[in-house]
Amino acid sequence: MKLETPLHRVQGLGAAHSGTTHFWRQRVTAAALVPLTIWFGYAVLHLIGAQQVMVLSFFQHPLNMALMGLFMLAATVHMVLGLQVVIEDYVHTEGTKILLLLLARGMGWLIGATALIALFSMR
Amino acid sequence: MADNPQVQTRHPRPLSPFLTVYRWPVTMATSITHRVTGVGISAGLILIAWWLVALTREPEQYDLFVWVVSGPLGQIVLFGFVWALAFHLLNGIRHLMWDMGYGFKVPTANKTGVLVVTLSVLLAIGVFVFAHMEAGVGAPL
Ligand code: HEM
Repeated sequence: MKLETPLHRVQGLGAAHSGTTHFWRQRVTAAALVPLTIWFGYAVLHLIGAQQVMVLSFFQHPLNMALMGLFMLAATVHMVLGLQVVIEDYVHTEGTKILLLLLARGMGWLIGATALIALFSMR
Repeated sequence: MADNPQVQTRHPRPLSPFLTVYRWPVTMATSITHRVTGVGISAGLILIAWWLVALTREPEQYDLFVWVVSGPLGQIVLFGFVWALAFHLLNGIRHLMWDMGYGFKVPTANKTGVLVVTLSVLLAIGVFVFAHMEAGVGAPL
Protein backbone atom coordinates (compact mmCIF):
# COMPACT_ATOMS: atom_id res chain seq x y z
CA MET A 1 0.00 0.00 0.00
CA LYS A 2 1.32 3.42 -0.92
CA LEU A 3 0.60 6.21 1.52
CA GLU A 4 2.09 8.82 -0.80
CA THR A 5 -0.36 10.58 -3.11
CA PRO A 6 0.44 10.45 -6.85
CA LEU A 7 0.74 14.26 -6.89
CA HIS A 8 3.28 14.23 -4.07
CA ARG A 9 5.28 11.52 -5.79
CA VAL A 10 5.33 13.26 -9.15
CA GLN A 11 6.37 16.56 -7.57
CA GLY A 12 9.37 14.73 -6.16
CA LEU A 13 9.90 17.20 -3.33
CA GLY A 14 9.89 14.74 -0.43
CA ALA A 15 9.24 15.43 3.23
CA ALA A 16 11.11 18.73 3.37
CA HIS A 17 9.15 20.07 0.34
CA SER A 18 12.36 21.26 -1.27
CA GLY A 19 13.55 18.06 -2.98
CA THR A 20 17.26 17.86 -3.77
CA THR A 21 17.76 21.64 -3.99
CA HIS A 22 19.82 21.95 -0.82
CA PHE A 23 21.99 18.92 -1.59
CA TRP A 24 22.58 20.14 -5.14
CA ARG A 25 23.52 23.71 -4.15
CA GLN A 26 25.95 22.35 -1.56
CA ARG A 27 27.65 20.29 -4.32
CA VAL A 28 27.66 23.09 -6.92
CA THR A 29 29.21 25.57 -4.47
CA ALA A 30 31.70 22.88 -3.34
CA ALA A 31 32.72 22.19 -6.94
CA ALA A 32 33.13 25.93 -7.60
CA LEU A 33 35.17 26.26 -4.41
CA VAL A 34 37.77 23.68 -5.50
CA PRO A 35 39.51 25.97 -8.05
CA LEU A 36 38.58 29.14 -6.12
CA THR A 37 40.17 27.90 -2.88
CA ILE A 38 43.31 26.81 -4.72
CA TRP A 39 43.47 30.30 -6.28
CA PHE A 40 42.91 31.91 -2.87
CA GLY A 41 45.76 29.85 -1.41
CA TYR A 42 47.99 30.92 -4.28
CA ALA A 43 46.99 34.59 -3.77
CA VAL A 44 47.74 34.55 -0.04
CA LEU A 45 51.11 32.84 -0.56
CA HIS A 46 51.90 35.36 -3.28
CA LEU A 47 50.98 38.28 -0.97
CA ILE A 48 52.73 37.13 2.20
CA GLY A 49 54.98 39.83 3.60
CA ALA A 50 53.66 42.40 1.10
CA GLN A 51 52.93 46.01 2.05
CA GLN A 52 49.31 47.21 2.22
CA VAL A 53 49.64 49.13 -1.07
CA MET A 54 50.95 46.05 -2.85
CA VAL A 55 48.10 43.89 -1.56
CA LEU A 56 45.65 46.62 -2.59
CA SER A 57 47.04 46.85 -6.09
CA PHE A 58 46.80 43.06 -6.37
CA PHE A 59 43.07 43.19 -5.66
CA GLN A 60 42.61 46.23 -7.87
CA HIS A 61 43.44 44.02 -10.82
CA PRO A 62 39.97 43.16 -12.26
CA LEU A 63 40.65 39.43 -12.55
CA ASN A 64 41.88 39.15 -8.95
CA MET A 65 38.98 41.26 -7.70
CA ALA A 66 36.49 39.08 -9.57
CA LEU A 67 38.07 35.83 -8.34
CA MET A 68 38.21 37.04 -4.72
CA GLY A 69 34.57 38.18 -4.97
CA LEU A 70 33.52 34.82 -6.40
CA PHE A 71 35.49 33.00 -3.69
CA MET A 72 33.76 34.92 -0.89
CA LEU A 73 30.36 34.55 -2.57
CA ALA A 74 30.67 30.78 -3.10
CA ALA A 75 32.21 30.33 0.36
CA THR A 76 29.44 32.19 2.21
CA VAL A 77 26.60 30.48 0.30
CA HIS A 78 28.27 27.10 0.90
CA MET A 79 28.80 28.03 4.55
CA VAL A 80 25.13 28.88 5.17
CA LEU A 81 23.99 25.62 3.50
CA GLY A 82 26.57 23.64 5.48
CA LEU A 83 25.82 25.20 8.86
CA GLN A 84 22.10 24.61 8.21
CA VAL A 85 22.73 20.84 8.04
CA VAL A 86 24.80 20.89 11.22
CA ILE A 87 22.14 22.87 13.09
CA GLU A 88 19.29 20.66 11.83
CA ASP A 89 21.24 17.57 12.92
CA TYR A 90 21.89 18.67 16.49
CA VAL A 91 19.23 21.17 17.53
CA HIS A 92 15.76 19.77 18.00
CA THR A 93 14.00 22.54 19.88
CA GLU A 94 12.08 24.48 17.28
CA GLY A 95 12.71 27.95 18.74
CA THR A 96 16.46 27.56 19.23
CA LYS A 97 16.75 25.91 15.82
CA ILE A 98 15.04 28.77 14.00
CA LEU A 99 17.15 31.28 15.92
CA LEU A 100 20.40 29.53 15.00
CA LEU A 101 19.37 29.10 11.37
CA LEU A 102 18.65 32.82 11.15
CA LEU A 103 21.96 33.56 12.86
CA ALA A 104 23.83 31.41 10.32
CA ARG A 105 22.09 33.18 7.44
CA GLY A 106 22.73 36.56 8.99
CA MET A 107 26.43 35.74 9.37
CA GLY A 108 26.56 34.57 5.76
CA TRP A 109 25.04 37.79 4.45
CA LEU A 110 27.14 39.94 6.78
CA ILE A 111 30.47 38.30 5.87
CA GLY A 112 29.61 38.10 2.15
CA ALA A 113 28.33 41.67 1.85
CA THR A 114 31.18 43.13 3.94
CA ALA A 115 33.79 41.35 1.82
CA LEU A 116 32.19 42.34 -1.50
CA ILE A 117 31.73 45.99 -0.48
CA ALA A 118 35.33 46.16 0.74
CA LEU A 119 36.52 44.68 -2.56
CA PHE A 120 34.48 47.05 -4.73
CA SER A 121 35.62 50.04 -2.71
CA MET A 122 39.22 49.20 -3.64
CA ARG A 123 38.70 50.28 -7.25
CA MET B 1 8.90 -11.27 32.13
CA ALA B 2 11.73 -9.39 30.44
CA ASP B 3 14.19 -7.58 32.71
CA ASN B 4 13.45 -3.95 33.24
CA PRO B 5 16.20 -2.12 31.29
CA GLN B 6 15.92 0.85 33.67
CA VAL B 7 17.15 -1.25 36.60
CA GLN B 8 20.94 -1.25 36.92
CA THR B 9 22.46 -4.66 36.24
CA ARG B 10 25.75 -5.82 37.66
CA HIS B 11 27.46 -4.81 34.41
CA PRO B 12 25.50 -1.77 33.27
CA ARG B 13 25.35 -1.45 29.53
CA PRO B 14 24.49 1.64 27.52
CA LEU B 15 20.83 1.51 26.56
CA SER B 16 21.46 3.08 23.21
CA PRO B 17 24.82 3.33 21.49
CA PHE B 18 26.62 6.52 22.39
CA LEU B 19 29.63 8.11 20.69
CA THR B 20 32.10 6.60 23.15
CA VAL B 21 30.92 3.06 22.38
CA TYR B 22 32.09 2.95 18.79
CA ARG B 23 35.50 2.17 17.42
CA TRP B 24 36.95 5.02 15.41
CA PRO B 25 37.39 3.80 11.84
CA VAL B 26 39.18 6.14 9.40
CA THR B 27 35.99 6.88 7.50
CA MET B 28 34.13 7.91 10.65
CA ALA B 29 37.00 10.08 11.87
CA THR B 30 37.33 11.87 8.53
CA SER B 31 33.57 12.37 8.32
CA ILE B 32 33.43 14.08 11.69
CA THR B 33 36.57 16.07 10.92
CA HIS B 34 34.94 17.31 7.71
CA ARG B 35 32.09 18.71 9.78
CA VAL B 36 34.37 20.25 12.43
CA THR B 37 36.64 21.83 9.82
CA GLY B 38 33.55 23.11 7.91
CA VAL B 39 32.39 24.97 11.01
CA GLY B 40 35.96 26.11 11.71
CA ILE B 41 36.46 27.63 8.27
CA SER B 42 33.09 29.34 8.61
CA ALA B 43 34.54 31.27 11.54
CA GLY B 44 37.74 31.79 9.56
CA LEU B 45 35.80 33.62 6.84
CA ILE B 46 35.31 36.45 9.36
CA LEU B 47 39.09 36.80 9.44
CA ILE B 48 39.26 37.06 5.65
CA ALA B 49 36.50 39.68 5.64
CA TRP B 50 38.43 41.63 8.28
CA TRP B 51 41.56 41.42 6.11
CA LEU B 52 39.69 42.87 3.11
CA VAL B 53 38.10 45.65 5.16
CA ALA B 54 41.41 46.53 6.83
CA LEU B 55 43.00 46.80 3.38
CA THR B 56 40.62 49.61 2.46
CA ARG B 57 41.28 51.53 5.68
CA GLU B 58 44.09 53.70 7.07
CA PRO B 59 47.52 52.08 7.57
CA GLU B 60 46.91 51.90 11.34
CA GLN B 61 43.88 49.68 10.72
CA TYR B 62 45.86 47.38 8.45
CA ASP B 63 48.80 47.26 10.86
CA LEU B 64 46.40 46.23 13.62
CA PHE B 65 45.23 43.27 11.52
CA VAL B 66 48.81 42.27 10.67
CA TRP B 67 49.80 42.63 14.33
CA VAL B 68 46.96 40.36 15.50
CA VAL B 69 47.55 37.63 12.91
CA SER B 70 51.29 37.59 13.34
CA GLY B 71 51.16 37.37 17.14
CA PRO B 72 51.47 33.98 18.87
CA LEU B 73 47.71 33.49 19.27
CA GLY B 74 47.09 34.74 15.73
CA GLN B 75 49.62 32.30 14.36
CA ILE B 76 48.02 29.37 16.18
CA VAL B 77 44.57 30.34 14.89
CA LEU B 78 45.97 30.88 11.40
CA PHE B 79 47.68 27.49 11.37
CA GLY B 80 44.42 25.86 12.47
CA PHE B 81 42.59 27.71 9.72
CA VAL B 82 45.09 26.75 7.03
CA TRP B 83 45.03 23.10 8.07
CA ALA B 84 41.21 23.06 8.34
CA LEU B 85 40.89 24.59 4.87
CA ALA B 86 43.41 22.13 3.42
CA PHE B 87 41.63 19.17 5.01
CA HIS B 88 38.14 20.34 4.04
CA LEU B 89 39.24 21.03 0.46
CA LEU B 90 40.92 17.64 0.01
CA ASN B 91 38.21 15.71 1.83
CA GLY B 92 35.58 17.74 -0.07
CA ILE B 93 37.08 16.47 -3.32
CA ARG B 94 36.85 12.95 -1.81
CA HIS B 95 33.17 13.65 -1.10
CA LEU B 96 32.53 14.85 -4.65
CA MET B 97 34.23 11.72 -6.04
CA TRP B 98 31.91 9.57 -3.90
CA ASP B 99 28.94 11.54 -5.22
CA MET B 100 30.04 10.60 -8.73
CA GLY B 101 30.27 6.97 -7.64
CA TYR B 102 34.04 6.54 -7.24
CA GLY B 103 36.03 5.22 -4.28
CA PHE B 104 33.15 3.79 -2.29
CA LYS B 105 34.76 0.39 -1.51
CA VAL B 106 35.74 0.27 2.16
CA PRO B 107 39.48 -0.42 1.61
CA THR B 108 39.59 2.41 -0.96
CA ALA B 109 37.73 4.82 1.33
CA ASN B 110 40.16 3.96 4.14
CA LYS B 111 43.17 4.61 1.90
CA THR B 112 41.86 7.92 0.55
CA GLY B 113 41.01 8.91 4.13
CA VAL B 114 44.57 8.36 5.34
CA LEU B 115 45.84 10.11 2.19
CA VAL B 116 43.66 13.18 2.83
CA VAL B 117 44.74 13.47 6.48
CA THR B 118 48.43 13.10 5.58
CA LEU B 119 48.32 15.53 2.66
CA SER B 120 46.40 18.15 4.64
CA VAL B 121 48.98 18.12 7.44
CA LEU B 122 51.88 18.29 4.97
CA LEU B 123 50.16 21.08 3.04
CA ALA B 124 49.52 23.15 6.17
CA ILE B 125 53.11 22.72 7.38
CA GLY B 126 54.41 23.51 3.89
CA VAL B 127 52.38 26.72 3.71
CA PHE B 128 53.67 27.82 7.11
CA VAL B 129 57.30 27.04 6.37
CA PHE B 130 56.98 28.95 3.08
CA ALA B 131 55.21 31.85 4.81
CA HIS B 132 57.88 32.23 7.47
CA MET B 133 60.69 31.99 4.91
CA GLU B 134 59.00 34.62 2.74
CA ALA B 135 58.18 37.09 5.48
CA GLY B 136 60.82 36.40 8.10
CA VAL B 137 59.76 34.91 11.43
CA GLY B 138 56.93 36.79 13.12
CA ALA B 139 55.78 38.86 10.18
CA PRO B 140 53.77 36.71 7.77
CA LEU B 141 50.72 38.03 5.91
C1 HEM C 1 35.83 28.00 1.83
C2 HEM C 1 34.99 27.94 2.82
C3 HEM C 1 34.17 26.71 3.17
C4 HEM C 1 33.32 26.69 4.22
C5 HEM C 1 33.01 27.84 5.18
C6 HEM C 1 32.74 25.37 4.26
C7 HEM C 1 31.82 24.96 5.21
C8 HEM C 1 31.15 23.76 5.20
C9 HEM C 1 30.23 23.31 6.20
C10 HEM C 1 29.85 24.06 7.47
C11 HEM C 1 29.75 22.10 5.82
C12 HEM C 1 28.73 21.23 6.54
C13 HEM C 1 29.42 20.07 7.19
C14 HEM C 1 28.49 18.92 7.50
O1 HEM C 1 27.34 18.91 7.08
O2 HEM C 1 28.96 17.99 8.16
C15 HEM C 1 30.36 21.78 4.55
C16 HEM C 1 30.11 20.65 3.81
C17 HEM C 1 30.73 20.32 2.64
N1 HEM C 1 31.81 20.98 2.07
FE1 HEM C 1 32.51 22.78 2.67
N2 HEM C 1 33.23 24.60 3.25
C18 HEM C 1 34.12 25.39 2.55
C19 HEM C 1 34.87 24.99 1.46
C20 HEM C 1 34.73 23.79 0.81
C21 HEM C 1 35.57 23.35 -0.29
C22 HEM C 1 36.76 24.10 -0.88
C23 HEM C 1 35.12 22.13 -0.67
C24 HEM C 1 35.74 21.33 -1.77
C25 HEM C 1 35.19 20.39 -2.44
C26 HEM C 1 33.97 21.78 0.18
C27 HEM C 1 33.20 20.64 0.09
C28 HEM C 1 32.17 20.31 0.91
C29 HEM C 1 31.27 19.18 0.73
C30 HEM C 1 31.32 18.17 -0.42
C31 HEM C 1 30.37 19.19 1.80
C32 HEM C 1 29.21 18.22 2.06
C33 HEM C 1 29.65 17.16 2.99
C34 HEM C 1 28.52 16.25 3.40
O3 HEM C 1 27.47 16.23 2.74
O4 HEM C 1 28.66 15.55 4.41
N3 HEM C 1 33.79 22.82 1.07
N4 HEM C 1 31.23 22.81 4.20
